[in-house]
Amino acid sequence: MRYLISRRVTQITVMALYIAAHVWGLKILEGNLSSSVLLGTVPLSDPYAVLQMFVAGSVITTDVLIGAAIIALFYGVVGGRMFCSWVCPINMVTDAANWLRRKLGISHVQKRVYMSRNLRLWILALSLILSFAMGLTAFELVSPISMLHRGLVFGMGFGFSAILIIFFFDLFVHENGWCGYVCPLGGFYSLIGKFSLIRVSHNVDNCTECMKCKVVCPEKEVLHMVAKHSATVTMGECTNCARCIEVCDDDALNFSIRNFLDKK
Amino acid sequence: MSKKKVSSRRKFLLTSLRAAGLAGIGALVWSSMLEESTANSLILRPPGALPEEDFLKTCIKCGLCVSACPYDTLKLAAPGDHKPMGTPFFDARDIPCYMCTDIPCVPVCPTGALDEQSVTTDGELDINLSRMGVAVIDTSACVAFWGIQCDACHRACPLIDEAIVIEYDKNERTGKHAFLTPVVVNDVCTGCGMCEHACITEKAAITIIPRDVVLGHAGSHYVKGWDKKDEARLKDATGATTQTELSKESAIDSLNDDSELY
Repeated sequence: MRYLISRRVTQITVMALYIAAHVWGLKILEGNLSSSVLLGTVPLSDPYAVLQMFVAGSVITTDVLIGAAIIALFYGVVGGRMFCSWVCPINMVTDAANWLRRKLGISHVQKRVYMSRNLRLWILALSLILSFAMGLTAFELVSPISMLHRGLVFGMGFGFSAILIIFFFDLFVHENGWCGYVCPLGGFYSLIGKFSLIRVSHNVDNCTECMKCKVVCPEKEVLHMVAKHSATVTMGECTNCARCIEVCDDDALNFSIRNFLDKK
Repeated sequence: MSKKKVSSRRKFLLTSLRAAGLAGIGALVWSSMLEESTANSLILRPPGALPEEDFLKTCIKCGLCVSACPYDTLKLAAPGDHKPMGTPFFDARDIPCYMCTDIPCVPVCPTGALDEQSVTTDGELDINLSRMGVAVIDTSACVAFWGIQCDACHRACPLIDEAIVIEYDKNERTGKHAFLTPVVVNDVCTGCGMCEHACITEKAAITIIPRDVVLGHAGSHYVKGWDKKDEARLKDATGATTQTELSKESAIDSLNDDSELY
């Protein structure tokens, strides 16, 4: 439970700090997840949003360039795709949908809908092509992620309908549908986070092959080594959410720091 | 039905075709969504905003300008506002721009979508340079044009007697009263909207509209007479001098030439 609790605490704290900055002027973290200012000085920007702006033909200022570099470096070197499970508020929506899906056993009665995990990369590519062709930030203008984190701070409007769509999509259409297949921001971070240091590692000696980890994992393909051989999860799609670590009763999964020298 | 064996080349070609088709569907749906979401041209942007087209690609939708606004004038467009989502705007009738001299909303913009240079003279911020829109008066709804004395907009204008001036005329209807009517000076008006906010009519008779929507442009074909300054406007005007060759035929023949009639 401790990882789940710390993830929720991080997610809620980040959003609470944004709200506190806007509503009460508590200037710790101002803005929203698209771009913000930490402690009134350090710029932080969403590198995917900045990339869309650049492709659309906007002149990128040093402020957002530095901000995007800080974020990209942090996830690229340290966290991997941690944004998705530790920061993004949509994670709470899709976690709720998937929890309910497991409790109700919807996956057992539903015919499998085939979607490729690569869909998100196609959407990512398409967003950049459309940004270039239309001179707009294609994903930012329709992103339900932004609708939620922006809405929580600055007012939701009808944004709740988009959030409900994601909830019902994950609940009734496809398990982990949004975060695991559709979201181009997740695809972007899985590309950036490919070589990050924080990794889950599997120790096959402790494994009893209960496969609880594979049931709970939102990106099951990253756990291909479970029950087969000891290895570190190296795929960028892993969000470091630690759900697998928490369900494992046999201490066969744990966080580790990636060791590049150890390979082969 | 028997399953035919598909050659790997055929499989590759069909898969590529399918991928291209799906991407095409996605692109069409997505681009029409974007087209729709950016279709509204009647949006008032914060001071110093880039022209709408550049603004849309440059604004990162962080809301720092909204947080900086001390009057809660600025809002971020949410779904349902019928404006490009996440971009800052204001509704002058509701809360106008109160023209802070230190313009807190502009320097905080991380992307330059709110351009500090455009509201700066001699290294100092000058809110009067902002051009958020321009006030337009509906003279049939404005009660001053009925002969009722009202100068609410004129009094509310932060550039009183510069951006809104009062003109005098006699009221022919009554034969004994005067009209004191407000007139907007388009070049000076910043579009702050304090006039629209102050307007006493049920629905404001003076409205702020984005400048590029409502303002015309005379071009270089016309010049104001008896105005030396206006001629300077034509200095940079370019245009080819055309010369039509004189017809070599006799003028009388042109009367008999009916070739252009048919």
